Amino acid sequence: MSKKIREGIIEKSLFLCALSSVFITVSIVIILAYESYGFFKVVPLREFLTGREWTPLFFEPKFGILPLVTGTLLTTSIALSVALPLGLMVAVYLSEFAPHRFREIIKPVLELLAAVPTVVYGYFALLFLTPILQKFIPDLSGFNALSPGIIMGIMIIPYVSSVSEDSMKAVPMHIKEGSYAMGATKLQTAFKVVIPAAFSGIAAAFIIGISRAIGETMVVAIAAGMMPNFSINPLEPVQTLTAYIVQVSLGDVPHGTIEYKTIFAAGITLFMMTLIFNLIGFWLRKKIREAY
Amino acid sequence: MQDIKQRIKISKFWNGIFWIIGLMSTLIGLVLLLVLMIDLFTDGAPRLSYKFFTSFPSRFPEEAGILSAWVGSFLVLLVTAGAAIPLGVAAGIYLEEYARKHWITDIIEINIANLAGVPSIVYGLLALGLFVYLLKFGESILTAGLTLGLLILPMIIMATREAIRAIPGSIREASYALGATKWQTVQWHIIPYSMGGILTGIIIGLSRAIGETAPIITVGALTFIAFLPNSPFTSDFPFLSFKWLMDPFTVMPIQMFNWVSRPQKEFQLNAAAAGIILMAMTLLMNGAAIYIRYKFRKRIRW
Repeated sequence: MSKKIREGIIEKSLFLCALSSVFITVSIVIILAYESYGFFKVVPLREFLTGREWTPLFFEPKFGILPLVTGTLLTTSIALSVALPLGLMVAVYLSEFAPHRFREIIKPVLELLAAVPTVVYGYFALLFLTPILQKFIPDLSGFNALSPGIIMGIMIIPYVSSVSEDSMKAVPMHIKEGSYAMGATKLQTAFKVVIPAAFSGIAAAFIIGISRAIGETMVVAIAAGMMPNFSINPLEPVQTLTAYIVQVSLGDVPHGTIEYKTIFAAGITLFMMTLIFNLIGFWLRKKIREAY
Repeated sequence: MQDIKQRIKISKFWNGIFWIIGLMSTLIGLVLLLVLMIDLFTDGAPRLSYKFFTSFPSRFPEEAGILSAWVGSFLVLLVTAGAAIPLGVAAGIYLEEYARKHWITDIIEINIANLAGVPSIVYGLLALGLFVYLLKFGESILTAGLTLGLLILPMIIMATREAIRAIPGSIREASYALGATKWQTVQWHIIPYSMGGILTGIIIGLSRAIGETAPIITVGALTFIAFLPNSPFTSDFPFLSFKWLMDPFTVMPIQMFNWVSRPQKEFQLNAAAAGIILMAMTLLMNGAAIYIRYKFRKRIRW
């Protein structure tokens, strides 16, 4: 009998540990909602979403989130235009072309790209890539969206490539063999058979990449400048949602002031943007598992 | 006939071209990584000396060091490991071995997938509201350690689950057939056999925690700390002290960030030197993880 009780206690405590992850999400939502509720009592939602100036630390503060959102979208799109094509090429190459041994060695090394501390990438973007780019683009300012965007793109290649590759690997061999039997080359099979068959997995991989790029902080905080800029010119300095939170946190902002609450307002905007992408990605990955 | 031969030739040509494009795309990231390391090394290597590790930050770049930063990183990591490892492994075991198909388990599952994609700075905001102000832990080592613990929890849960999923059902059935209870099976079979995968996940999680900067900034790590936290060891009984948990602190990536953002070239060289240490830690831990995974995969044959 005591054995049964012991087993029951163990199961219950393991269950509580698993439930703790739900508790984390719930507290994220509650904390963000609670702190930004105070913010939205002062600043009307309309002004927040449509205002084109973000100067909360000025004497006459303006709270329009648009400059931070465009800054985020700008660096994200630069990163994606590097990471999505490259990541897809890498995935196709590794799953369809590369010899087995090469793949076994290269995959863990490629994962390293995502493991390097982002502050190191920030250093690299600011002090290595920007000066090089300035030689080709004289108009480029010392802080800009372009250089951190490119570095972020390289950084998220493994996120895009590994999930895409897994889903290409999951395409049944007989489908590919059907294509080879018709005389198609590996390239034709890859692009006309494997990619369409693995589409939802590749889309999930892209979405993981997007959500990573939106949430990336240190690279942009170091190399993109700290200037809210309602512009889509990649040569100018911009500020992202994440970089704004860093900027305010670095200073001494007293608890409960409106400045303190602005970081939660920026945070909830960021959380919403990534949440949407994460849920779509989760749904897509679930679809792959059901596909075959 | 001629036409078909021509088409085959063209197809083969493009196939060959893609071979090169694919290989180049794969290598471009690696080349960049190499350039990054060479750049860091040429900038920072001259600053690396015994004194660099044993000095506090300073207004004079030649005298500044990373003592408070590496001690801080080490202590924060202790808290992180203590919080995330037991919780993550237990949650992983529950979800794989115990959980029945149920709406609660479905929610837990969606939730973990979502948590893994939440930007790290949002964890920082959570910690600022929850640990710093609500629970009144202050801007301390404890807060930072718990924050990073929450951040790597989904990684550890997922690694544990994956490792357990690789164990064939026959192992469990053999154990039950001998009269073992569920927990006995988990304790004597499931945990030991999945150790390799779990350990790999833990190491990769901790290596991520070492380099994580953004959430630590939001919980209020200081960038200029010229003292050490209280020592965990004391001269009188019980010889252990936990005062250090509540001390202000700084960590390696924050020290580096602080130096990068200064305009003087000399400080940026210090940043490169700190970067070398961070990179070395990351490479070492990831290398260890790869080695463990490889070793366990070789040893276990079902």
